[in-house]
Amino acid sequence: MRNLFSFLTAILMASSTIAQTIEVCKTCPISSIKDAIIQAKDFDTIIVKKGTYKEHDILVNKPLTIIGEKYPVIDGELKGEIITIISDNVTVDGLFIINVGTSYTEDYAAIRVRKSKNFLIQNLVLEKLFFGIYIEKSRNGKVFHNKIIGDAVEEYNSGNGIQLWYSKNVQIEHNFVQHVRDGIYLEFSDDCLIKNNVSTLNVRYGLHFMFSNDDTYQDNTFENNGAGVAVMFSKRIKMYNNIFKENWGTASYGMLLKEINDGEIEGNTFEDNTIGINIEGSNRINYKQNTFINNGWAVKVKGACYTNKFTENNFLYNSFDIAYNSNVNDNEFDKNYWSNYTGYDLDKNGIGDVPYRPVKLFSYIVNRTPETIILLRSMFIDIIDFSEKVSPVFTPDDLLDNNPQIKKLTW
Amino acid sequence: MVIIENVHKKFGKNQVLSGVDLTISDGGIFAVLGPNGSGKTTLIKSILGMVIPNKGNITVLGENIKQHSDYRHKIDYLPQIANFPSNLRVKELIKMIKDLRKPTHEDERLIQLFKLEPFLDKKLGNLSGGTKQKVNLVLTFMFDSPLIILDEPTTGLDPISLIRLKGLIQAEKAKGKTILITSHIMSFVEEVSDEIVFILEGKIYFKGSISELKTKTNQQDFEHAIASILTENHA
Amino acid sequence: MLKILKYSFYDLIRSRWSYVYFSFYLLLGSVLLFLNNDLSKAVITLMNVIIVLVPLIGTIFGVMYYYNSKEFTELLLAQPLKRSSIFLGQYLGVAISLSMSLILGLGIPFIFYGLFKSSAIWDFSLLLITGTFLTLIFTALAFNIALSNENKIKGFGYAILLWLFLAIIYDGIFLMSLILFEDYPLDKLSLVGTMLNPIDLSRTLILLKLDISALLGYTGAIFKQFFGTSFGLIVSFIMLTAWVILPVLRIVFKSKKKDF
Repeated sequence: MRNLFSFLTAILMASSTIAQTIEVCKTCPISSIKDAIIQAKDFDTIIVKKGTYKEHDILVNKPLTIIGEKYPVIDGELKGEIITIISDNVTVDGLFIINVGTSYTEDYAAIRVRKSKNFLIQNLVLEKLFFGIYIEKSRNGKVFHNKIIGDAVEEYNSGNGIQLWYSKNVQIEHNFVQHVRDGIYLEFSDDCLIKNNVSTLNVRYGLHFMFSNDDTYQDNTFENNGAGVAVMFSKRIKMYNNIFKENWGTASYGMLLKEINDGEIEGNTFEDNTIGINIEGSNRINYKQNTFINNGWAVKVKGACYTNKFTENNFLYNSFDIAYNSNVNDNEFDKNYWSNYTGYDLDKNGIGDVPYRPVKLFSYIVNRTPETIILLRSMFIDIIDFSEKVSPVFTPDDLLDNNPQIKKLTW
Repeated sequence: MVIIENVHKKFGKNQVLSGVDLTISDGGIFAVLGPNGSGKTTLIKSILGMVIPNKGNITVLGENIKQHSDYRHKIDYLPQIANFPSNLRVKELIKMIKDLRKPTHEDERLIQLFKLEPFLDKKLGNLSGGTKQKVNLVLTFMFDSPLIILDEPTTGLDPISLIRLKGLIQAEKAKGKTILITSHIMSFVEEVSDEIVFILEGKIYFKGSISELKTKTNQQDFEHAIASILTENHA
Repeated sequence: MLKILKYSFYDLIRSRWSYVYFSFYLLLGSVLLFLNNDLSKAVITLMNVIIVLVPLIGTIFGVMYYYNSKEFTELLLAQPLKRSSIFLGQYLGVAISLSMSLILGLGIPFIFYGLFKSSAIWDFSLLLITGTFLTLIFTALAFNIALSNENKIKGFGYAILLWLFLAIIYDGIFLMSLILFEDYPLDKLSLVGTMLNPIDLSRTLILLKLDISALLGYTGAIFKQFFGTSFGLIVSFIMLTAWVILPVLRIVFKSKKKDF
């Protein structure tokens, strides 16, 4: 191991002697990044010193490392795209990029990676942007530690923070995205890892998946986004230990699953959302050890959803635990803790002796006449809920948790 | 002292007082008599402002009583049934009434007079009817007001207390006070009252001394005089 | 009035019934905490119980007190006191002693359970404030009923009916009418419907605290304004205050006209 390490260091030393370092500053011989790129040879390093550089359409067409010293400002003056990478093995590090041009015909980005491999984009700060980091048809890259603060107000004239399009095997970690349209957007991108990001206050989604398979996202926080997180038309997505919080509004949810098959949803926390998870046409998903707390609806099931399994989840103080819009059920609920459970445990085995029925008649009524929500927690409603519980008519009668836990689950 | 002019009172469809005119002069004991339901209590309660007449005026000590409560400082009233908050102790009740009206030391004498000392720390709910009535009397007589109204003062009293009550009434009279009494005990009325007011069907049927009543009805006996009024009018 | 209030209050504080209610709340609080093992959950369960139970107790006790203290009232009426002060004093005596039973009865077990260290303290305060409002409102309504009905049995009957109506039947009718007219915009109607019933009004306050996530799922702009801003909270409190003031004014008005 130690040998390998010293070997690598030797290689690095060697290459640095071969590769040159070019400095860019206002008083240097080379005072613009564009010039530096023209001057540079493959595998050179360009050091951009502190200062403001009014440049756009910077084309990185050879394998270079561009490093900013003390966050130099690259000001695009709203004229268009700022950095475009079309070569493999490019690293961009430590820049402060502002004023990306806005267009209705072209998706200008602060930094774009096109058809490249092995890129590394890290420690950038992006402000006043249209699109932030746009990765198209690229693979094997990393996007680390970037801070993207937009000022988006409307969906139609704003762009996404980090966007992947037809890309593969990209790692997106420790980024902080705010006030853009979609915090992180994946379209036709497979095998990506999205980890430890914080995506908040975005106009539309904190995270948005379309037609992307085999991706994993974990340990992210999505808070106060227009509509939460949307995962659509994708397969085998793994979602672990994320936090979905405070997504309030009419069509708002912690997470939307639409046409998702064979996913894993484990260890996530859904708190204070209008809808915790909104499920439409999604099958064979395992929901395990998630916590649903203080949501309007913890889980809302619409349309045909088959063979989903909810096991060992905590449902805490939600106005409604589960809502169905039909009385057919093919999903399984088992061993969950429901704070609304009122049964007893006489044999003291920690499992309630009567099954829990998580779908209430009232949720069916609210679905039909939304204004009736104002009667929530009324004694009259309790009475009709009780009678429905005794003999289900409007709600699926086989929708039961036969092993409701008596105590809140801890893992 | 009390001037009642054309007072009418109806409870639902039931006309209780229909044009009562009555003047009660200063000083002396007046007994208000009449059969059950004749309007005695209603009349007294009208004077106290507890019943509000539909029509007519009542003046007490020169003050029209409508919408006022201050004139009641000058009235001591003994209600018919003494039913007090059962959780209060006798001592506390006396203290409370003093607190609500004005400070006085007269109560100590009255408590001695009616031998109430052993009951002072008892709760009112645990007292017998007679003892309650004695407490009631203490509450009434402890203030030195010019007008005293007693509604069935003899209820539940033992003979000794009755004698003491009579003494009290006479003493108050001697101070020049005006005393209004209702009672069913004719002997008591005959013994104490200077003048009687007889109410019948919501009107003053007779007002005058007992001897005047006897002459009017041609009866030798007071009780018979009353009975004859009743038989005449109900025949 | 303060003197009457003082005496009514002392009288009630020493009455058996105050202890019964106090211990009832004490028991309710302790049992809920014991069964739930969780402060937040106990608070939520309590809220559901409180908005139904407090009105019931307020009405029954109000009516009962009025009829039971009739002679005492007559004694007071003969004293040089204003009628309005006698009845307001008695009303406040009942309402305050009931509120105290509620606040102490529930407060003590929760404080022992570590309320002050818990985030549920605001929910719990809201619960007590709502409970106190409901006590004030329903005791006032009870006094109104009792003042208008000499007959005890009738008075009790009306009191129970009033409670039954406001606690259950009203919501049933409300729900039916919402479903019946579901083709029309209903958010104004539903808010007005809520304002007209003090139990629903208190429930709304609780919803604002516990179910805001669900309430914001509804599209109506008025709903959104009501529940999304402090507007709803302010309006609800104003309406609750109105619900206290109006019956109290009627007590004053009615007592001035009444014969005893």
